[in-house]
Amino acid sequence: MSTFLQTLFVGLRLGSIYALVALGYTMVYGIIRLINFAHGDFIMVGGYTMIFTIPVMVALGLPGWASVFIAILVCAAVGMSTELVAYRPVRKKGTAMTALITAIAVSLLLENLAQAIPQIGPNPKVASQIFIAGGVKIANVTLDWTTMLTIGISVVVMIGLYQFTQKTRIGRAMRCVSEDKSASILMGINVNRTIVTTFAIGSSLSAIAALMYIAQYPKVYTTMGAMLGLKAFVAAVLGGIGIIPGAMFGGFVIGLVESFTTSYVSSSMADAFVFLILIIVLIIKPAGILGKNIGEKV
Amino acid sequence: MIKNRTAQGYLLNTVVIAVLLIGFAFFKGALGGGGEFKLIIVPSIWQCCYLIILAASLNLSLGFLGQLSLGHCGFMAVGAYAAALLSLAAERAGVFEDKSGTAFLLVLAGCIIAAGILAAIVGLLVGIPALRLKGDYLAIITLGFGMIIVNIINNLPFAGQEGLALGSASASLYKNGLGFGTALKVTYIWVAIAVTLVCLVMMFMFVRSKYGRAIRAIRDDEIAASASGINTSYYKTFTFAYSAFFAGVAGALYACANATLSTSSFAFANGGILNSTFVVVMVVLGGMGSLTGSIVAAVIMFLVNYQIKNGVWVQHLPAWLQNIFSFPMLVYAVILIIVIMFRPKGIFGSYELSLRNFFSDIKLQRQNRLAQKLESKEALRNG
Repeated sequence: MSTFLQTLFVGLRLGSIYALVALGYTMVYGIIRLINFAHGDFIMVGGYTMIFTIPVMVALGLPGWASVFIAILVCAAVGMSTELVAYRPVRKKGTAMTALITAIAVSLLLENLAQAIPQIGPNPKVASQIFIAGGVKIANVTLDWTTMLTIGISVVVMIGLYQFTQKTRIGRAMRCVSEDKSASILMGINVNRTIVTTFAIGSSLSAIAALMYIAQYPKVYTTMGAMLGLKAFVAAVLGGIGIIPGAMFGGFVIGLVESFTTSYVSSSMADAFVFLILIIVLIIKPAGILGKNIGEKV
Repeated sequence: MIKNRTAQGYLLNTVVIAVLLIGFAFFKGALGGGGEFKLIIVPSIWQCCYLIILAASLNLSLGFLGQLSLGHCGFMAVGAYAAALLSLAAERAGVFEDKSGTAFLLVLAGCIIAAGILAAIVGLLVGIPALRLKGDYLAIITLGFGMIIVNIINNLPFAGQEGLALGSASASLYKNGLGFGTALKVTYIWVAIAVTLVCLVMMFMFVRSKYGRAIRAIRDDEIAASASGINTSYYKTFTFAYSAFFAGVAGALYACANATLSTSSFAFANGGILNSTFVVVMVVLGGMGSLTGSIVAAVIMFLVNYQIKNGVWVQHLPAWLQNIFSFPMLVYAVILIIVIMFRPKGIFGSYELSLRNFFSDIKLQRQNRLAQKLESKEALRNG
């Protein structure tokens, strides 16, 4: 029973990280129909920003986690410049396929550029303690503060984001653009600015995910975002890509599957299981669990 | 003079290939078959051969069918392991003693074909669920497949991470199975060249057949294609399996050319030359929809890769550039982005290099460009 509960908490913690990253994927996919492969690497950018700014924060007398605000700014800047420099010119000229290849190239560029910068290098860096240590013990299960904070922050962020897309002007513009680009131009929406805003918000979410990830696994390396990003994408597809509640749901499902496979089946097969679930879902319900199947029109 | 233009083309190509082969033989004689020739040129030709097959086979699904597969090296891994294990089994069963004679050649041929067929079957199994979906999902599923295949091969009792099991794994593959040493690579260089030529002929025939026309129609407009009576899912799955077949053959050549096999060399993006991203770079560089473009791009990218790693001139560059060159994937990513930005369909586009039409094509292109310029000028004048 205690193993079960422990696994459940690990799964929820992992799931909330996946959900935050999946939100970034799903928002960008919803608006420009592009799998932003570089999204996973934004997590890496956030992670390294925090590695370098946590000592500064501590020296200033602030708590270590405050560096997440700098990471959010840096990630948003990287995300917006990726859109402006790479994606927008290609989108104007090429097809969906060329945009996808550009996204892969940008992802490789970020990973390898980070390695080529001498201050970063290929070796992992270790972060200091971010949240307070310790936890509470309930019925033989230790529930540490990091887990509780991770789940709590992600739930708050997700509710905030959902409200943002439903209630605010920019949020409504985003939904409008993702539904029909040309109609939203007619409605007086600045489509390009909306896309850039979406990139900024999606990338800042990955900065928050980076904070939660390194609070749990305090190791930052240049390819940390690749697998994390991939699983988050699987989560987004699982829930129905382009749908915000779907990404949250998918993230928690993937996190739970992974933690239960690791503790009950085999840790090396966890990744294979995640993809197996993706394949099964895509065969049965190609639009995702919460998605609607829309036929293609000529 | 032969009147039939097709026959002319075939004759010209045959003559050029024959001249190249004779030239190669002379070259070999001139160098005396030792030192540089044995250690650098022959291994490079082996490497180029499987890279050419790999790039051209991915072009079938990426360029002609329009479906991005990011797990192409996974099929190659299947082929490589199949060929290596089969040859090892044949050796243990006593079919051949040393690596010579007809028995060995038959085993070699069998291994190469079996590697291709096994990869094609795996490609079919991946393709049937994945190709029901749009291109984006296929990219992700194949990417996942590339990772799963590494997982599975690592966990197989008779394969394993270190190469092949039973004691000192990789060394035994090298000595007994398919792996060729330097001397054998020189002896069997014709195998690599012949396999590459046969594969390329098969791919060209495929592209020019009814199948090739059908998949190009699917690439351009899937709905219109299916409305014209093309069974899209059949053609898509078939092309995917066909392209996986050649990736398997390339894997078999890889198993021949290398002393050891390890799954990490077939990963999605490792630093080396063999990863699925590198194959995508080759195809995009050469032109999506141009087999000759893939061949040229494979050779060019091999040379770039070789020069970045071993070139003498690299040592004379400033330190920061040398630092960048120690991460070749960074260079490839930049190349990829630049090519995609300025020529979204690759350098060759869908143009096929042809010896027969080479000069007339250049003339034609110049005329086209002039006409376009005139047109745009006219448009400007007319507002």
